[in-house]
Amino acid sequence: MSHPTLAQDFVDNKPRAQWHDKALWFVREKRDRMAASVPEWEDLRSHASAIKMHTMSQLPTYLEMFEAKAKALGVHVHWAADGDEHNRIIHDILQKHNAKKVVKSKSMLTEECHLNPFLEKNGYEVVDTDLGERIVQLREETPSHIVLPAIHIKKEEVGECFHKHLGTEKGASDPKYLTEAARGHLRERFCSADAGITGVNFAIAETGGFVVCTNEGNADLGVSLPKLHIACMGLEKVIPRASDLAVFLRLLARSATGQPITTYSSHFHGPREGSELHIILVDNGRSGILAKPEFRRSLGCIRCGACMNTCPVYRRSGGHSYESTVPGPIGSILTPLRTPEQHSTLPFACTLCGSCTDVCPVKIDLHHQLLAMRGFLDRKKLLGMSKKMSMKFLSGLLSSTWMFTTAGSAARTALRWMPRFAIYNPLNGWGKQRELPEPPKKSFREQYADNNKNSGRPS
Amino acid sequence: MKVALFIPCYVDQFYPQVGMATVKLLDHFGVQHEFPKAQTCCGQPMANSGCMPEARPLALKYVDVFKGYDYIVAPSGSCVSMVRNHYESFFTEEDHAANEVRKRTYELSEFLVNVLNVTEIKGRFESTVGIHQSCHGLRELRLGPSSETMKPRKSLMANLLASIDGISFSKLQRIDECCGFGGTFAVAEEAVSCMMGEDRVNDHLAAGTKVLTAGDMSCLMHLEGIIRRRKHDIKVMHFAEILAEALTSPVAV
Repeated sequence: MSHPTLAQDFVDNKPRAQWHDKALWFVREKRDRMAASVPEWEDLRSHASAIKMHTMSQLPTYLEMFEAKAKALGVHVHWAADGDEHNRIIHDILQKHNAKKVVKSKSMLTEECHLNPFLEKNGYEVVDTDLGERIVQLREETPSHIVLPAIHIKKEEVGECFHKHLGTEKGASDPKYLTEAARGHLRERFCSADAGITGVNFAIAETGGFVVCTNEGNADLGVSLPKLHIACMGLEKVIPRASDLAVFLRLLARSATGQPITTYSSHFHGPREGSELHIILVDNGRSGILAKPEFRRSLGCIRCGACMNTCPVYRRSGGHSYESTVPGPIGSILTPLRTPEQHSTLPFACTLCGSCTDVCPVKIDLHHQLLAMRGFLDRKKLLGMSKKMSMKFLSGLLSSTWMFTTAGSAARTALRWMPRFAIYNPLNGWGKQRELPEPPKKSFREQYADNNKNSGRPS
Repeated sequence: MKVALFIPCYVDQFYPQVGMATVKLLDHFGVQHEFPKAQTCCGQPMANSGCMPEARPLALKYVDVFKGYDYIVAPSGSCVSMVRNHYESFFTEEDHAANEVRKRTYELSEFLVNVLNVTEIKGRFESTVGIHQSCHGLRELRLGPSSETMKPRKSLMANLLASIDGISFSKLQRIDECCGFGGTFAVAEEAVSCMMGEDRVNDHLAAGTKVLTAGDMSCLMHLEGIIRRRKHDIKVMHFAEILAEALTSPVAV
């Protein structure tokens, strides 16, 4: 399915689309207030961007430094070229420990690698412990947002879902009641888990430690009870120094949800006594992006989701319309880079308004990359015949001044004389909900010449 | 000062009054101007569709048409941004003519304020005006402060309008959200495009906008299309039209 089709479906339920838009705009406004409370906000963004660009320029060095330091702390470090290898590594580790029950805190990387279905297929029980992710998991859906995975679901629907799966009262929709129920349900899973899987927000090259940010403390709990912790990270998550955290942690939560900082920023430096810690460094297409200068900056993404919250198209089409683990502006760059054939409409689900670029805490030039991505798809001949042909035609027409003015004049005359039903026909996408401009008798160039003639100026 | 008018293709054909208002403003400030007749389009529709080979001949034509002028002035932030910010792949860094033409292409409010040093428009316009901040003017040319960035910036168009006697402004809930036009997006993503436009129009209706203005007719073409279909009582004018009309109404002494 293409984005326009799925977006049309979403908009067809107008009250729901409006509700979705408002919910995310509320988060965007919270972010604005938080950003405004930091006088050096723009300097922080520039600083974060510079750190990320520097890191990307020497990524192998910092990754190897991180590996060496982590190993020195007693961490088992694994490298995975793609999602399949990542999943196999986890399978092997779990098998070795005879672990059957897994609790997992939020990790978009494991979503990207489709870890849950893989583990379930192999007989493991995987429980997502982030509340939003748990809701989505129980509903057998995927997250529609990288920070707010269940933003597309109303509280009444959560009530229905919990009634069915957790035995809450029928018709209950009080968020506090439902959260309490989820808490009790998750607590049992935490206590019986054999292994905890987490993502990684920042991996520090100079120390070999890493940081996981959550609001619910579920990452801490999930890895503190079992004797096995597996942390999965994309190659781009490494930062050079521990002091760089001072920049990123200030930006991340403010940009993501408008909080000054995430409730929990959990630092892990080697395994706890008597337990094992594994880190899996996953490429899955990232080094390919690194090799493309025009898209390299997209690797700076810290997955705050601010570009989704601000994107006027995302807010009105919903995360699932992107059919991609990471939706919204950043997803419309990262995903077509991997699977251009399946996701060729994503870079066009964008008006190039530039709001994403201005909101991005690491200053990724998102809307310019979305524009570049369109050229990338053209070079791969993936624009679609009708788009390419109409642009070829338009280019030819506009290249000749005479053809342009003749066609313009003909169009204006036609619009004046054609009956309404012929103009507003089913093929006229513009005219479904909008009027066309009222055609003037004379073009500007004709009026300008008349004006000059009247005032005696040469035309 | 040799000034050329760059009137975007669709403005030339469908909104000549915007071009004429620009002419009136330049005349008022004593600027001699020409309209190079060979001009057509800057190539943005093709470039924004990813069709760079199809945009290229138009970029070459643009430079050829406008080379040799001191200033090239357009009543459009979007087309100026195309020329200034998105032409680099069509020319080499050493291409003197292209570099000069790109540098000398100005959006109208930029030209008035930054080149002519116009600080006020002496005239009257009595209405409640709602400003639509066109994205490319705002976030590509930085003609004003965007709500996302925490950097104070002067809003060129708003300041010019605010200097007019009798004018008042409506206060919007979302001061610079995109209207949803987006070129081919308007048709390719019709549902989202129209919902975005509808949301903007509703914001203006609730805020009491009587005249809706912007620096780009493309945004206004889309919003006006929705306003006229729904028969709302909002008039749509490019800011050049408001400035030009104000100049014809004397200021009360």
